[in-house]
Amino acid sequence: MSELRVMLEDAVTRLFGDRVTRECVEAAERGAWQGDLWRAVEENGLTRPHLPEDAGGAGGSWLEAYVILRASGRYTVPLPLAETVLASWLLTEAKIDVPDGPLTIVPTAVDAAVLGGEAVTLDVADVPWASVAAHIVVAADTGDGLRVALLSSASAAEIRGGQNIAREPRDGVRFVAAPVLASAQTTLTADVVHVYGAMVRSAQMAGAMEALLAQSVQYAGERVQFGRAIAKFQVIQHELAKLAGAVAASGAAAEAAFVAATRGHPRFEIAVAKTRIGDAVDQATSIAHQVHGAIGFTYEHGLHFATRRLWAWRSEFGSDAYWAEELGRAALARGADALWPDLTARGR
Amino acid sequence: MNTFSFAPRDLPPETDALRAEVRGFLDETLRDFPPAKRAFTWSGGDPAFSRKVGERGWIGMTWPTKYGGGGRSAFERYVVLEEMLTAGAPVGAHWVGDRQSGPLLLRYGTEAQRARVLPSTCRGESFFCIGMSEPDSGSDLASIRARAVPTDGGWIVNGTKLWTSGAAAAHYMIALFRTAPETEARHAGLSQFIVDLSGPGITVRAIRDLAGSDHFCEVVFEDAFVAADMLVGEEGGGWRQVMAELAYERSGPERYLSCYPLLAALMRELPSAPSERQAIEIGRQVAHLATLRAMSISVAGMLDAGDNPALEAALVKDIGCVFEQALPGLAQSLLEVAPRVDAGATDYQQVLAHCVQNAPSFSLRGGTREILRGIIARGLGLR
Repeated sequence: MSELRVMLEDAVTRLFGDRVTRECVEAAERGAWQGDLWRAVEENGLTRPHLPEDAGGAGGSWLEAYVILRASGRYTVPLPLAETVLASWLLTEAKIDVPDGPLTIVPTAVDAAVLGGEAVTLDVADVPWASVAAHIVVAADTGDGLRVALLSSASAAEIRGGQNIAREPRDGVRFVAAPVLASAQTTLTADVVHVYGAMVRSAQMAGAMEALLAQSVQYAGERVQFGRAIAKFQVIQHELAKLAGAVAASGAAAEAAFVAATRGHPRFEIAVAKTRIGDAVDQATSIAHQVHGAIGFTYEHGLHFATRRLWAWRSEFGSDAYWAEELGRAALARGADALWPDLTARGR
Repeated sequence: MNTFSFAPRDLPPETDALRAEVRGFLDETLRDFPPAKRAFTWSGGDPAFSRKVGERGWIGMTWPTKYGGGGRSAFERYVVLEEMLTAGAPVGAHWVGDRQSGPLLLRYGTEAQRARVLPSTCRGESFFCIGMSEPDSGSDLASIRARAVPTDGGWIVNGTKLWTSGAAAAHYMIALFRTAPETEARHAGLSQFIVDLSGPGITVRAIRDLAGSDHFCEVVFEDAFVAADMLVGEEGGGWRQVMAELAYERSGPERYLSCYPLLAALMRELPSAPSERQAIEIGRQVAHLATLRAMSISVAGMLDAGDNPALEAALVKDIGCVFEQALPGLAQSLLEVAPRVDAGATDYQQVLAHCVQNAPSFSLRGGTREILRGIIARGLGLR
């Protein structure tokens, strides 16, 4: 692991461990923007780990972003960190200066005509964190690449507040002749928002999976029934072993996607990650809840902060079935004899 | 909580040429090798094939050259293994010697023992089997009763080993015997030996499995003599040695690739424009396969670095077994084709028949699922 990654791992563990308290996550779920936490994250340089230094970043790559995004999932950080990482990457690819403050993106590419002029008129649903983001990045498929535009969320005619089941903002946004602050053509393909969106969610999910295991192991060691900690029962041990397998596979799949992103053309690895992790969600969340018993089903106990995120994120930027279908169609079109050679050729 | 780590690893670029060489060899050597036989993967053995692999220097690849080994990296060996497994090559005869008996002797054996058996093992001429389980000792390995009692110049062995894969074709058994009576310290008093199976007082009887194959065996010792210089490692240190040996057994790519020939055969049968359900399920298998491979290579990297990834190896074997064990049922649910073994059976039906019937063994061999999950639980700090 690079020195920068080790430093970032220490920094996020310390910062999130100290600052992302239960009160903070609960307040965010009630709709209170965690501005102090955001400023602390931004001041520590954790919003741009992957951007070059001349773009105000830490000079790292997607691997550094992975460290932060996975940790944000582990600590259920109630901020648009993944969205800011994704949006700032798109802006940098488009050579547009990245503004300070929380960013978000419109999760699917819009029609090219929308970004044709100096003002934008647009009505989109399910924009993550739009109600708190300072700026919104919109991407349009122009036929020969992706056009990236930066808009101020203050210029929106309407933001309709919505929430996913993790109580994260998923808002409708309407712009009427809103000014484009900056816009540029890139050579990125039209699907990158969707694909890289799946990638950042994979890292968050891998982190939330780790939270499930850590909490379940800890709880099983504390909860006493029949005169002993339930961790001493073989049936609980074996359930936790299965959970560990799901968590391990999720982490490996997510990290492989980020490694591939540093090399370009990561669509296969990202599809694998979103499929594999989504596939593990049912098993992992059901074991974690079963081990916790009734207390884990209460709002008072914090297990649900991770499980509700996993259930929500599983459906965002393509479900496991969505990505599995893409993988399956591609594999069957290439034929059985190509499966192994194709797999071993990845990353070469 | 203790934790695990699967750092991403790339196979080194120099393995690309080796991979191409192995593929060329397998294309040539197995040109007429039928799919039904490929389905056996590493439980199918062919001594003539093993000799050809030995000629290429692909057995004992990582062992020192002075014992006939190749002195090559763990990653080079890994590439050879995964190519052999996905091609369904009949590697079973030399598999145990290459995977665990050789490494055991390199770690604990004497110079004379190594000189005696390793060169012929590398040539694909000497094959090993593993004498651990007994009629009354499966997962509870420390309860074994087969005994070795000191005598002039060696040991007299009495007892029975059971479920010994490949014993009928093997020349040597690495056997675990009790050399001191069982006491409170159950793991004490066990010792490992190299047993020449051609000696007197040893009877090998094949046991027909539910699929009709007879690759696993019962081996009965009746006053069999084992020479003193065939004791491996320390007298009474067998338990520790066996645990180290099992780590080799649990970490390889064979723990998720046993049904790869079925996945390939199934994909061949499916239409190139599949139904949504067929596409989704095949896609899921691709995602599991790619992830298991990444994890398995990560474990290979830890072994190469001299780490002890016991927890990681157990995790990969456990989820790898779940993956490969689910494939036959999935195949039956994706296509209305029955598993068959009669004369009219297609290649696909025969491959399916093999995997359906053999899948139960995947989570038994090399440590049952329950033992592995106990290891994982210990790794998590639960016991």
